[in-house]
Amino acid sequence: MVHRGLCISLVVLLLSCGSAAADDAALSVHLLNRLAYGPNDADTEAIRRLGVDAWIERQLHPDSIDLPAFLTDRLDRLETTRLDAETLFERYKPSPQDQQARRQSRIVVREAAEARLLRAIYSPRQLQEVMVDFWFNHFNVFAGKGLDRLWIGNYEEVAIRPHVLGRFRDLLEATARHPAMLFYLDNWQNAAPGSPGDKGKDSGLNENYARELMELHTLGVDGGYHQEDVVALARILTGWGIARPGRAGAVNGFAFHPRRHDFGDKVFLGRTIPGSGAGEVEQALDILAGSPATARHISFQLAQYFIGDQPPAAVVDRLSRRWMETDGDIRAVLKTLFASRQFRDPGGFGGKFKTPWQFVISAARASGVEVVNIRPLLGTLKRLGQPLYECLTPDGYKDSREAWLNADGLTTRINFSTALGSGHLPLDRRMPDEEDDESSRPADPPRERPVPIDSDRLAWLLGPALSARTRELAEQAAKPLKAGLIIGSPDFMAR
Amino acid sequence: MSINRRRLLGLAGSALGTAILGRSGAAPAADTARRLVVVMLRGAVDGLNVVVPHGDADYRRMRPNIALSAPGSGDGALNLDGYFGLHPALAPLLPLWTERRLAFVHACGSPDPSRSHFDAQDFMESGTPGIRTTSDGWMNRLLRFLPPPHGPTQAISLGPTRPRILAGPELNTNISLARGADKPNPLDRPAVAEAFAGLYGGNDPLSKAYLEGRQARRELMTGMEAERAAADNGAPSATGFPAMAARLAELLLRDDHIRIAFAALGGWDTHVNQGAGGGQLANHLKPLGEGLAALARGLGPRLDDTAILVMSEFGRTARENGNQGTDHGHGNVVWVLGGRVAGGKVHGHWPGLDDKALYQGRDLAVTTDFRAVIAATLERHLGLSDRQMAEVLPPPGFAGALPGLFRL
Repeated sequence: MVHRGLCISLVVLLLSCGSAAADDAALSVHLLNRLAYGPNDADTEAIRRLGVDAWIERQLHPDSIDLPAFLTDRLDRLETTRLDAETLFERYKPSPQDQQARRQSRIVVREAAEARLLRAIYSPRQLQEVMVDFWFNHFNVFAGKGLDRLWIGNYEEVAIRPHVLGRFRDLLEATARHPAMLFYLDNWQNAAPGSPGDKGKDSGLNENYARELMELHTLGVDGGYHQEDVVALARILTGWGIARPGRAGAVNGFAFHPRRHDFGDKVFLGRTIPGSGAGEVEQALDILAGSPATARHISFQLAQYFIGDQPPAAVVDRLSRRWMETDGDIRAVLKTLFASRQFRDPGGFGGKFKTPWQFVISAARASGVEVVNIRPLLGTLKRLGQPLYECLTPDGYKDSREAWLNADGLTTRINFSTALGSGHLPLDRRMPDEEDDESSRPADPPRERPVPIDSDRLAWLLGPALSARTRELAEQAAKPLKAGLIIGSPDFMAR
Repeated sequence: MSINRRRLLGLAGSALGTAILGRSGAAPAADTARRLVVVMLRGAVDGLNVVVPHGDADYRRMRPNIALSAPGSGDGALNLDGYFGLHPALAPLLPLWTERRLAFVHACGSPDPSRSHFDAQDFMESGTPGIRTTSDGWMNRLLRFLPPPHGPTQAISLGPTRPRILAGPELNTNISLARGADKPNPLDRPAVAEAFAGLYGGNDPLSKAYLEGRQARRELMTGMEAERAAADNGAPSATGFPAMAARLAELLLRDDHIRIAFAALGGWDTHVNQGAGGGQLANHLKPLGEGLAALARGLGPRLDDTAILVMSEFGRTARENGNQGTDHGHGNVVWVLGGRVAGGKVHGHWPGLDDKALYQGRDLAVTTDFRAVIAATLERHLGLSDRQMAEVLPPPGFAGALPGLFRL
């Protein structure tokens, strides 16, 4: 009897261990899909070593994670990513006579794109990279608009990246003070009509930034503001602009021009803001960042990103409360989100359809390829309708299956997967660059025989996220097609 | 349109009609050729500088730097009817106006006051201004009432994403007509297609999208091969909207299954330096005008069967702002081309630009609901019954189709 009892409890123990291990594996892949850009070797190993909760905690504190040397080496080579806005302007400003200078200026966006892709693919601080994409998209600027091509990388580097897990109020202020945003939404030209500095082309009231600051960046379109508030905020923002080159006291290209400011009193969202100068903007940003409408608007977006296209109202409520309790502490809100029942419900695993960006980055990560040449990735993003730094409108790219699932897109994803899986995508070889005048980086010769990606390793990496059907078909397929079938499968389209 | 046909289509909506005619009513053969193309200008084009009220004394007063000069002067507007003129960058469309195949509806727009691009586009695409909960687009609802055969390419949208206007349960697909879209790709190889068919053979949304993609690809390639045979010796294909529009015309001529098409163009949000006869707006209008002219020319006699609507979410402020641009406004102009439109005329009621006539003292007022233009097109061009129309453009809200827009 004793023996039999022992046997039974052993079996029960083993069974529960087995299913707990399976649960852990499923949760690990879920975390890698949501807090990271999908599994790769290093992060799968890290989560296994640390356990899920410690891994999440580390992701919430990215400075506690060291970057691998090969990544910092490659980032170090991207010199323009370390220049400030004023130097970028000085060095690469448009010059109609000088075609050479114009060509050279393209290096700035290219290096920004390379830094973004390399970090997204290889950085072990994955949550930070996810949030860089999230917040950049929330405060979108467009590289195709004039000087923004010079400033977009610096904008990400100094206005977005340092604040992605910090206080929303700081993030809001950093974007509001960056020349890329001031140029993109025209506020650098917003001046009080009739003010001493109101002259020439850069004159008169411009509502563009004021409107999007409320509609998109903070309150949301239902946030309870009216056209009068748009005008009041535009008046508050007069003179809030870009420094003329060489101006003393400018900070990374930002300057407040009192001579262009409207010093009249304003009534903004029912509150009187006496005319005082730049301080009015601080007051307005305080009001906007502290509003429950902002808490709700952004909590919804976070829940949509991490939980589902139509996140449950209960979780949005809970995040909004946490937001208000912590005065918009992004890290605290995310911690609540990651601990929530709705986030951890296995029924929701794999329930998000990857955006093109998430698809392309996750494919590069899972493939294990060393990406030397980013052009095939950038080209695919463009073809899929999500070109990096080229979202024209300030609302950024959408984050839902409805927005991204379509016939042409799926066909393109499958073609990309097949080329990647069979080794036909020239990611690991430098290409001659027609835009580049530097001949110091010779192209690599084409590979004689493409090497397919190891599909067994890929299947192991994706583990429970891969259906039996996909495994079976990949096993049956011809060797060059195996990995492509996995990456191009419905399973890999989901996260 | 004959009364018989209207009655037949009306009947088709009833249970009896369905029994006799099959789903959504087999209209007489000629009508299966009727098509609709919608081009959406996202970002709010400045309609006052597209169809210019140079006869309105207030126009130039409100736009000291960006008003187009009167017809006849260099870079001036092209005269349309003595009161209105056309932006000179749209010169390629002037012959269509003269042939009475192009009309405009001015002071047209949404009854909803939103000046948010995103809300206003959403309302224009859902066809339900002010209602955010409508899940489908009006072009998708329209598909219920077009005669068979039904298949994914009955409705196509150009570009990498599926637009809101086609969202909904009826089949439609997006397709790329960009340069290089016809280059061979892995899925063209039977072994690859066969393998993926095993992964996407279900009844789920991904499998549906996969199958639509396969079908769209087949239809695109069928004609492209013939085209390549007539080759231009490897000369690079033209790019941009004019080239895409020319390819769309070829596709429409070749493939009778395509009943409706949609394309969107961006870059109209001219808050700063929009220019006048030349400049930013002109640079965007030029390829649009060339493209529409190429589409019209490419369709040849079939243009009569094809109504082309060009619309934008709202207009821009009547006065220029301090930066020689314009901010978000209200009323705008809708363009109607082909399809036996009553062309050579600016339709609608012009409210004028004096301060009292302006909406909220700043924008061109809306005197024609944009749905009235769509409704006229559905009724007069596509032959929908009142009941069918009420499903595509549900009440409450507007006073019915704009009269006189079509010549039938």
